Amino acid sequence: MTSMPAAAARSTSNGVLMTLRKIVASQEFALFISLITLIVLVGSVNSNYVRPNNLLSVLQGNAFAAVAAIGMSMVIISGNIDISVGSVVGVLAVICGNVSKAGAPDVLAWAVPIVLGAGVGAVIGFLVAYMRIPSIVVTLGLASILKGGLILVTEGREISGFNESFLIAQMRPLGISVPIIAMIVLTIIVAFWMRYSTFGRSIYAVGGNPEAARLSGINDRRVILIVFILNGIFVGIASLLFATQLDIIRATVPANFELLVITSSVVGGVSILGGVGTVIGSTLAAILLNAIGSALVFINISPYWLRAFQGLLILVTVLIDLFRRRRQGIGV
Amino acid sequence: MEPILEIEGISKSFPGVRALTDVQFRLFPGQVHALLGENGAGKSTLIKIISGVHRPDSGVIRINGQPIILNNPREAQAKGVATIYQELSLYPELSVAENIFLGHAPKNRLGMLRWPEIERRAGEILASLNIHDIDVTRKVGGLSVGNRQRVEIAKALSQNARILIMDEPTASLSEADVQRLFEIVRLLRERGVAIIYISHRLEEVFMLADHVTVLRDGQYVGEKPVANVTEPELIQMMVGRTIDQLFPKLEARIGDPVLEVRDLRRLPMTRGVSFTLRSGEILGMAGLVGSGRSETAQLIFGIARPEAGTILVHGKPARINRPQDAMRLGMAYIPEDRGLQGLIRPMPIRPNVSLASLEKISGFRFLDFGRERRLAVETINKLNVRAFSTEQIVNKLSGGNQQKIVVGKWLAREPRILIVDEPTRGIDVGAKAEIHRLLSELAQRGIGILMISSELPEVLGMSDRVLVMRQGRIAAEISRADATQERVAHAMMSESEEVAS
Repeated sequence: MTSMPAAAARSTSNGVLMTLRKIVASQEFALFISLITLIVLVGSVNSNYVRPNNLLSVLQGNAFAAVAAIGMSMVIISGNIDISVGSVVGVLAVICGNVSKAGAPDVLAWAVPIVLGAGVGAVIGFLVAYMRIPSIVVTLGLASILKGGLILVTEGREISGFNESFLIAQMRPLGISVPIIAMIVLTIIVAFWMRYSTFGRSIYAVGGNPEAARLSGINDRRVILIVFILNGIFVGIASLLFATQLDIIRATVPANFELLVITSSVVGGVSILGGVGTVIGSTLAAILLNAIGSALVFINISPYWLRAFQGLLILVTVLIDLFRRRRQGIGV
Repeated sequence: MEPILEIEGISKSFPGVRALTDVQFRLFPGQVHALLGENGAGKSTLIKIISGVHRPDSGVIRINGQPIILNNPREAQAKGVATIYQELSLYPELSVAENIFLGHAPKNRLGMLRWPEIERRAGEILASLNIHDIDVTRKVGGLSVGNRQRVEIAKALSQNARILIMDEPTASLSEADVQRLFEIVRLLRERGVAIIYISHRLEEVFMLADHVTVLRDGQYVGEKPVANVTEPELIQMMVGRTIDQLFPKLEARIGDPVLEVRDLRRLPMTRGVSFTLRSGEILGMAGLVGSGRSETAQLIFGIARPEAGTILVHGKPARINRPQDAMRLGMAYIPEDRGLQGLIRPMPIRPNVSLASLEKISGFRFLDFGRERRLAVETINKLNVRAFSTEQIVNKLSGGNQQKIVVGKWLAREPRILIVDEPTRGIDVGAKAEIHRLLSELAQRGIGILMISSELPEVLGMSDRVLVMRQGRIAAEISRADATQERVAHAMMSESEEVAS
């Protein structure tokens, strides 16, 4: 064969420049710059905003949502969606609290929502991957069942009076609260795993084109099942953080939680059509959303604008994604 | 008599393909005019232009002597053009009468539908076609394919169609339904309806058509009265091409069988297929679209499961339940549709090339990006892919370069058995020649290649042996020395059996 070494040579010599350009063009970079700009701007209007305590609370506010968004990002990248996270978190938090109140050791009470989350994920994954029911239908049904069931079982009562040792989300090893640590550590681990593991690659492939992935020897059904199980684990961890952040657990589903989680993923650059995105993006987006909410308070704008802004942001990001795809000819 | 439809100098290009060049066509009232040509000859493009789906780049269309421009299918319908496509376009949840009058139902002064009239007139139209066994109030979804087609014809007549285009109308009909269809076509001809009839079955052309127009490679070849033409002449018109130098077939040593397929079945597309592929051999598989070639390849590669039959790989019975099993046995399958089945389009070249060999470029289930990049660079160089970097998104490459990426993905696994399905469809001449040379070289290295192709010159130029599939079976097996375009085309299209040689 005649060879064409020019392309190869260029691809290596341009490597560093290309990588740099790719980083600058990435959604993660845009989010990071937005976050810094927001902090500087709001800080210059009201210096209280940039005090370390407030910045830490900006990091912490959406930390449990960011953990759930890690799972959500994997699910959306695989070409699916989970709109049951809010209901699942509500139910798992109540179960977690009750296990602790029943006198179980803390470690067991912490493990229960995570294990149950994985179980719920396995059921969703089985129905989606092997029964071929669209994930939006499965999780919509599940959300409805759990929402109703939660109120029936608890009759709306709240749980309180926990041992201090149970409230893991309020602990501060090394002066940083556990939710922030969990968010950062899990994001880094999953980002690394998604990029460098063969399984991570399979998730992108299945989300990008399930048929081509299957014909290339990837077991697409198994990939989707495992993605939902992993998502369940992250939802379980989010439930634990949610349950232990206050001294009481209300028997309600956190309002619009799934909207917040899905917004984080999508604004973080995860394509709603599958196959594209990173968990670093979704975590940065979760932090940015909370930073915006907190900023509204500091510059005296009604926080109700946050909800509207969040919706606007999700629409704009999806539109940008669609235009980008259309330009690349990756049709919808 | 004046022609009802006259087409002159029609040309049409799509991005990267010239579909029609200076094509002419004439149709008279009361004529059944067959339109013939190989796959990709431009028949579908021509009928889509006549029915207003595509607009020609140049040329004139006249209906009843008037030059007209058809901007969309509705304008064509208004001019009396109706098309019955292969996939029927009825609504299964609506009744027969509703389907017939959909979009132009009689309404009263308040704009409300006049149901009794709709049903009465639907019944009248069916009766005028000698159809008395369809209840117009029934849902179309419950009808047989033949009956649905009759409803579709009735729908065309309800819009006063004067030109009726039928695209492979008998492709999925039973023998009895075919006879009834012929009766209806003859009835319409007597009433002065002009019919454009597209079919691959030549005997139908002789039974039904008055005139025939042949297209080849997007160009007009000729028009003849059916009475003055023979089957071999028509085949000659359809395929008459000289095999050019595009196919640098290299001599390869043909060795032991690597793949033996015995009586493989999965209805309706694969009805008992047997063949043997040897190392170093390129086994061509010809046949019309829908003859079961791709479906058979998918059974071999584990994409679908066979209902019966055995597959031997290197002489040993193989259990293949999914693509991974076939891959482990040294097989690779380059699918027909690179966009839908071959590429992960939002991904760059690098991960697309490595997708089928992830275990080769990883240790402990983690990817070695250095090895992956080297693999991509190697593929780019070896297959002469025109790309500026391994990180280029595959979707931005040209068709030929995309196909090379799919080929490269499978060559990275160093297969012993390579199944290629339409390896050069829709790519430019240069890339085509490169892929042909590559296939020849692979055969020289002892790889057994099963090459499915709808392009006869490619089949004849590349193959050591040619299998012809028709209606789910191997209709003929022809050696390289005996394989001529006429012979292969005859086996593809004719009902008479050819003795294996």
